[in-house]
Amino acid sequence: MKVKIKLNGLCCANCAAKIEEKTAKLDGVESVSVNFLTEKMILCAEDAKLDAVKAQIEKIVHKIEPDVEIAYI
Amino acid sequence: MKKEIVILSAGAVLFAAALLVPASFALPRFILFLLAFCISGAEVITGAVKGIMRGNIFNENTLMVTAAIGAFCIGEYAEAVFVVLFYRVGELFEDYAVTRSRRSISEVMNICPEYANRIEDGVVCRRDPEDVEIGDILLVGPGERVPLDGVVIDGSSFADTSALTGESVPRRVDAGDEILSGCINKNAALKIRVTKTFEDSTVSRILELVESASARKSTAERFITKFAKYYTPVVLVCALLLAVVPPLVLEGALFADYIYRALSFLVVSCPCALVISVPLAFFGGIGAAAKKGILIKGGNYLEVLSKTDTAVFDKTGTLTKGTFAVRQIHTEGMSEEELLFLAAHAESASLHPIAQSIREAYGREIDTSRIGTSEETAGYGIRTAVDGRTVLAGNAKLMAQIGLSCPVYGDGTHVYIAADGVYVGCIRIADVLKADAASGIASLKKAGIRETYMLTGDNRHTAESTAAEVGIDRVKSELLPDEKVAELEKILSSASGTTIYAGDGINDAPVLALADVGIAMGALGSDAAIEAADIVIMTDEIGKIETAIRTAKKTMGIAKQNIVFSVLIKVGILVLCSLNIVGMDIAVFGDVGVMVLAVLNSFRVLRN
Repeated sequence: MKVKIKLNGLCCANCAAKIEEKTAKLDGVESVSVNFLTEKMILCAEDAKLDAVKAQIEKIVHKIEPDVEIAYI
Repeated sequence: MKKEIVILSAGAVLFAAALLVPASFALPRFILFLLAFCISGAEVITGAVKGIMRGNIFNENTLMVTAAIGAFCIGEYAEAVFVVLFYRVGELFEDYAVTRSRRSISEVMNICPEYANRIEDGVVCRRDPEDVEIGDILLVGPGERVPLDGVVIDGSSFADTSALTGESVPRRVDAGDEILSGCINKNAALKIRVTKTFEDSTVSRILELVESASARKSTAERFITKFAKYYTPVVLVCALLLAVVPPLVLEGALFADYIYRALSFLVVSCPCALVISVPLAFFGGIGAAAKKGILIKGGNYLEVLSKTDTAVFDKTGTLTKGTFAVRQIHTEGMSEEELLFLAAHAESASLHPIAQSIREAYGREIDTSRIGTSEETAGYGIRTAVDGRTVLAGNAKLMAQIGLSCPVYGDGTHVYIAADGVYVGCIRIADVLKADAASGIASLKKAGIRETYMLTGDNRHTAESTAAEVGIDRVKSELLPDEKVAELEKILSSASGTTIYAGDGINDAPVLALADVGIAMGALGSDAAIEAADIVIMTDEIGKIETAIRTAKKTMGIAKQNIVFSVLIKVGILVLCSLNIVGMDIAVFGDVGVMVLAVLNSFRVLRN
């Protein structure tokens, strides 16, 4: 399933790259791309593991960029 | 932002005051520096602490703070304050530049409708476009954006499609016409029956395409991300070595001196300028192209496009309009008007597209009372009576039946006319070239395309004359669809640069997919073409291919400048720091300064 996640307040390009890299390694993630300019993450993940993946992503984002707010669209 | 500026100004004033205090007043001077440091650096320090607490040790805040505190500890107060102060100032500029480019990109992409006026039991209700369903009736007032794809059921107006196609001339729409989301209704209210959900509507598809373009990365983007990944650890290791090794090995070298140099390294070690510079250029390029009605599905295609030297075209529907029109009229013993009158009346009952184009050329009402009984023979033509004269209209085989031989004038279909057994003329009907086909090909050649090919299923004669007319050098005609694939394979293997294929995207999906870059022309509203191609040109203009190549070259240029520029400056500053030719003040420029300049340089791609 394809999900779009808005990362409001994403302010460092390297952090965006790190978030993308770490998310790509999560179990159940088929593909992911973080667009620094639109502050959006486009995620394709297995349906069954989606909730677990989302929880992991929140952890990753907060570790790398603590001030980012996550919104699902 | 304002609060930030006040804090930094206070920090700057204290810093200036501290610099003015003579060195002999050591304590007041130290206190002023310390205050300036704490005030300007508070944000960086808290950021660093937060990062460390979450286990993210090597973030840019910790690097800066380590450098600054280190400088403070070895007595370089001024340098320490300068670093935190200018790091923050630089960050402000950076934020500003990023916000500006985000804004200009979202302006480019500002085609998303915010609401839809749905007619519910005769009452107009404002709804979220996502809640509208297929079959709903919408009211779009003048000046409003069409929210979903649909069919006009009432009213007529002009639609401004410039947001979708870059085409500035508004298009007329009447009841029964299809209308696409993203267009702006210019003159009068329209009632529209929705044919696609918001998700499948043109606007959403375009936005989706441009947004996900960042997933397909170019080599330049992959290089810089990889470089950045190794850059920080390598610089950190170098910093450590620089702090420890020379004082132990070199005679007279002081720890304080080399630690200072190492701390300068930390300041330059943040990779952000590198990481942002390239994708920003590509995203800008894709956005700038989208504004002109050219959708590019990924940064990698911009890269390939910039190296193109071979262009392959489909004929019908790509170089030509794919519609028939009267191209030439030859008469013998009567006026052109008379001939058209006879032909149009003879063909009045036929539904064949050729007959239709003759009637269009005639342009007046058909007077059926002047036509006698007609007899149509498939593969030959029509035998009828007009004003009591026996008229034959058809091909050479029909003429041969009554013993007439006919001349051939050029490509396309010839309709010969005979009246009372005498040959009176010929109407030549052919596909029409697109208005800018020839100028478009010429502009491509100027843009560096050396080889141009045409692949077509049409006969050799028609293909060659079309090619000559538009200026295409090589022609492969009478090809079946699988032969087109084989021909393109041959071209691909012989081309020195990369090869683009431009087609209408309707029945050439395999060829589009095979080319280095497949371009679908005139694809506005055609889902199949948008799916199959790498680049989608919304309008019919061949000239847009040249625009795409120009944008690609400009984007690649900026991306390369950004790479070379940021890597060179960073490495240069590192070398100068290690030799103590420059201090931490210049090192700060190596971080935020480079980033701001790279962002500003990327802006250029958004401007024409």
